[in-house]
Amino acid sequence: MFSLSRKDVTTLAIFSVIVLTMPIWLSPLGAAYPGLMQKFAIYAIFAIGFNILFGLTGYLSFGHAAFLGVGSYTAVWSFKLLSMDMIPALIFAVIFAGIFALFIGYFSLRRSGIYFSILTLAFAQMSYSLAYSVLTPITNGETGLLIARDDPRAIDALLGVNQTTSGMPTPSLLGFDLGGYGGFYICAVVSIAAFFLSQKIFASPFGMALRGIKSNQTRMKYTGFDTKPYMLTAFVISGMFAGLAGGLLAVTDPIAGAERMKWTESGNIVLMTILGGVGTLVGPVVGAWLIKYFENIFSAINVNMLNAFFDFLPEGMQAVMVTILSKFVGEGWHLTLGLMFVVIVVFLPGGLVEGTERLMRWLRRRSKERDEPTGQVASGRTGNE
Amino acid sequence: MTEQNIGRRRLLKSMSAGFAATVASPLVFTSRGYAQEFCNNPGDKDPIFGFNVPQTGTYAEEGLEQLKGYELAVKHINGEGDGGLMNTMKPMALKGNGILGRKLQYVTGDTQTNTDAARDGARRMIERDGAIMVTGCVTTGEAVAQQALCHELGVIYMSGLTHGNDTTGKDKRRYGFRHFFNGYQSGVAIAPILAEEYGRERRAYHLTADYNWGWTQEESIRDATEALGWETVKAVRTPLGIGDYSQYLTPVLNSGADVLILNHYGHDMVNSLPQAVQFGMRERMANGKQFEIIVPMFSELMAVGAGDAVKGIIGTQNWNWQLEDEGSKAFTNSYGAAYGEPPSQSAHTGYVQTLLYADAVERAGTFYPPEVIKALEDFEFDGMGNGPTLYRGSDHQCFKEVLAVRGNSNPTSRFDVLEVIGTTDREKVTYDHAIFGGELGPYEPNQC
Repeated sequence: MFSLSRKDVTTLAIFSVIVLTMPIWLSPLGAAYPGLMQKFAIYAIFAIGFNILFGLTGYLSFGHAAFLGVGSYTAVWSFKLLSMDMIPALIFAVIFAGIFALFIGYFSLRRSGIYFSILTLAFAQMSYSLAYSVLTPITNGETGLLIARDDPRAIDALLGVNQTTSGMPTPSLLGFDLGGYGGFYICAVVSIAAFFLSQKIFASPFGMALRGIKSNQTRMKYTGFDTKPYMLTAFVISGMFAGLAGGLLAVTDPIAGAERMKWTESGNIVLMTILGGVGTLVGPVVGAWLIKYFENIFSAINVNMLNAFFDFLPEGMQAVMVTILSKFVGEGWHLTLGLMFVVIVVFLPGGLVEGTERLMRWLRRRSKERDEPTGQVASGRTGNE
Repeated sequence: MTEQNIGRRRLLKSMSAGFAATVASPLVFTSRGYAQEFCNNPGDKDPIFGFNVPQTGTYAEEGLEQLKGYELAVKHINGEGDGGLMNTMKPMALKGNGILGRKLQYVTGDTQTNTDAARDGARRMIERDGAIMVTGCVTTGEAVAQQALCHELGVIYMSGLTHGNDTTGKDKRRYGFRHFFNGYQSGVAIAPILAEEYGRERRAYHLTADYNWGWTQEESIRDATEALGWETVKAVRTPLGIGDYSQYLTPVLNSGADVLILNHYGHDMVNSLPQAVQFGMRERMANGKQFEIIVPMFSELMAVGAGDAVKGIIGTQNWNWQLEDEGSKAFTNSYGAAYGEPPSQSAHTGYVQTLLYADAVERAGTFYPPEVIKALEDFEFDGMGNGPTLYRGSDHQCFKEVLAVRGNSNPTSRFDVLEVIGTTDREKVTYDHAIFGGELGPYEPNQC
């Protein structure tokens, strides 16, 4: 049940090491603080889940943020009503997101291609509007759902767990506090488990069937293969991953806001996946990290920091450099991201993973000192990377 | 596919060893965390403020204005520039040499007009940059989200532009403070002006942005106008961010109403007001009276965006650069000298909040949050442009005069869009904090 191919084991081991050593290798990049590293791990889960749908079946869902939101709201309600422990919160988050995905998937999957994308987008925008204003008693609208000191918390009350020593109650795991690095390691372990699960799915006959649907659904149907249940299962699994990510967002930071379900967030996850490499195992994760890094670190660079950075240049040069670069950092971080996206989509359609592969191939060729012309190889999308 | 029986025990063993090592390593780096008695104690280092405002997204304009206000405040606290409100604030403990003799530093962030991004930014400031105080926002959603986060981490949050009642009402926190006025105060402040201008027998039709801020404002304005004797014909909720309001404006014409109240902010108002004017509403007569439009919550940037439609429209403001008192003049002068244009109320509230926090630290003699909070609670000050002001201890809301403004019919410059037509006394806009519920929570900080 836990067996993997040798290649997958290596990938899993490397992935685990990279995720767990984040506090070390991210510190020169200025990103080694728990808040962002938690986001890295959580959005990795989100991207992995999205990739199971988009990468394997080719169905582009434009409403995945809705499941993230459902997961978050469920988790916060679990904190409010049941317990500050993360286990029930995550279980309910996954279940509710799964049910929600079943509902949306049932209707959306009746169409394919662009119509499917539009349907999911419509459902997601509907959920966003519901969360923003209609369902305010449940979601607390624009302000976001927060925990309060006097929430009932039935299980905690039953077990006599009292967290109100000082300040607000915080989420915990069997009594361990989940603030800061603790929260990060929990998220990291869950993301490694999610990565393992997606490896299993990619390697399974089920994953094979999904790839078949991607390459030619009509042919699959002619061979007597009912594709619908497979599609729906993939959609629900993908939604559950998103729900898990949403639940973890609430665990590390107990608030759920409607903005999490907005279409821009759904668009973000599509960007992450394409940036990293659609259909590859690690690609979406890399894409997620890159976008989160830009969003959090690049947007915080201001003119003062640039001035300090270019201090070594002569006066005039420093001013020129700072003026030019300041357009690309701080409030202009979207610009940098956009440029990078265009460059990657135009020159590396398979995303960063393909870029890395090309680089490796090139290096290998060079070392062999052979210069044969190479054909177009689309190996960036074959999976099992 | 090659199935291979890898030694699971061995894999687990080596993985757990690696895990233990990596878990332990950051603890070594962060062990200094145990040496401080509260979150981000500056110790002997320079204190750092976190300015977290929307620089992209719907309210980017107001956010960038606010950031300018913050940067100016830092200069003045550090003794650069002309000192601005440092010269007029009374009482004032700051000496123009930084805070407690140390030079003030700051970091900035982009909230993207999004609560999640706002919290990410605030966490970065607290966890990575070591900010001792976080401030800034343009929506109530951002304010409440950051305020709750900062309370959990034990860092004081001074909110920026937030007008919803929740910030110091239902969702108030011990570590959150608001200088800006709120929807309830808008209602109370605008009512007497409306009675004077439009009489006591009016039939009002509300169009309300469909989210928390809109509802609390609608409720507050409704209560205030109904107390005058006005009748509310209907209150219709409009979705956020739609461009075309004609389907909502058409029913107004046949509803028998003679006043339209737009509980919209930012882009919503910039769209809905000109469209209402294009419908010919302001030339109409209804019930034998001139039809009127009211925008209860105004900002300079909105007024500029709405263009000519804003002429003659009545609303409220927290502060306006055309006020004649010493504080307002001093702030307008030094802001104008620094950026070449008059400040907006967004810049003003950001500037004042920074100065108030810095002053409270100076008075408390320490950065320890509970002491700073106690210094801010029930603090009475003057000379900041709003007349005598009280930072009420029971809900951390500032109480001061509220301005009633009208869109200027003959603007002399592109900044001269709003004229002040009256002020409502502080006593009149003071209310019982219990009407909104909520709980401040404890003084003792959590460890971040």
